[in-house]
Amino acid sequence: METVFTPWTSLGGGVLIGVAATLLMLFLGRVMGATGILAGVVSPSSKQDFSWRAAVLAGMVSGPVLIFFLTGQMPEVQVPVSTGMLLVGGLIVGVGVTLGSGCTSGHGVCGMARLSPRSFVATMTFMIVTLVTVYIVRHVLGAA
Amino acid sequence: MRIITAYLIGLVFGVGIAISGMANPAKVLNFFDVAGSWDPSLMFVMGGALITTFIGYKLVFGRSAPIIEGSFQLPTNNKIDLKLVGGSAIFGIGWGIAGFCPGGALPALGTGRWEVFAFALALIAGIFLAKFLQTLGSRTSQTS
Repeated sequence: METVFTPWTSLGGGVLIGVAATLLMLFLGRVMGATGILAGVVSPSSKQDFSWRAAVLAGMVSGPVLIFFLTGQMPEVQVPVSTGMLLVGGLIVGVGVTLGSGCTSGHGVCGMARLSPRSFVATMTFMIVTLVTVYIVRHVLGAA
Repeated sequence: MRIITAYLIGLVFGVGIAISGMANPAKVLNFFDVAGSWDPSLMFVMGGALITTFIGYKLVFGRSAPIIEGSFQLPTNNKIDLKLVGGSAIFGIGWGIAGFCPGGALPALGTGRWEVFAFALALIAGIFLAKFLQTLGSRTSQTS
């Protein structure tokens, strides 16, 4: 499935992600990691940690709804893989981000911005493995 | 105040993800498909987010504390170990199969698409599975 190259909206979206990460550090002193935020909501360690994470999560989910109200269109979600791949992939992602303590937002944006060597290693690892996985799935196995 | 701020920050993040293309698995997978239908857009997302957060954090860390909370809570673990690299590699496999990462999928829930909910449920199951395996692992290492 071909997709259109969108440098400007992608750059703009990226800047907003960075603004959100900066504001979360400025106001609450926390890292903007989607993994930590989701884990803190579904498996909370304390009530205090649950409330702000649930609020951030609610805000995230409201993002596409706000775009719908402003533009009359939902953001595009094109799923080129089977339901089985979504479920298996989701399960594997959940295990990986928990063991690796973070994902694209936590390690890839916040950790890299703090020049954390740990996040640099994590980000390089998952970027390379994802590249290889997509190559194998699409060009060796011929799926999706 | 804390909850409203957290909600609004989540909203900025959600809008950013939605317009960037990170919530769209077809675009994410095409970014990694350099041998096929390559779409380099996500490089602009990562670049924009990283540069903005880098500059933003520099400014924020000039303060002695965040505005609402008493102190910054940054990850203190700096070990580069098998758990970090293995977890990140596992995450990469799942990301390459499904095309969603946690930061992309959580805002995408707002589009109401069932595929996102399927991925998110599997993701949560994976988080619990990893936490369960970790408690098993620590119990075994304590008894042996």
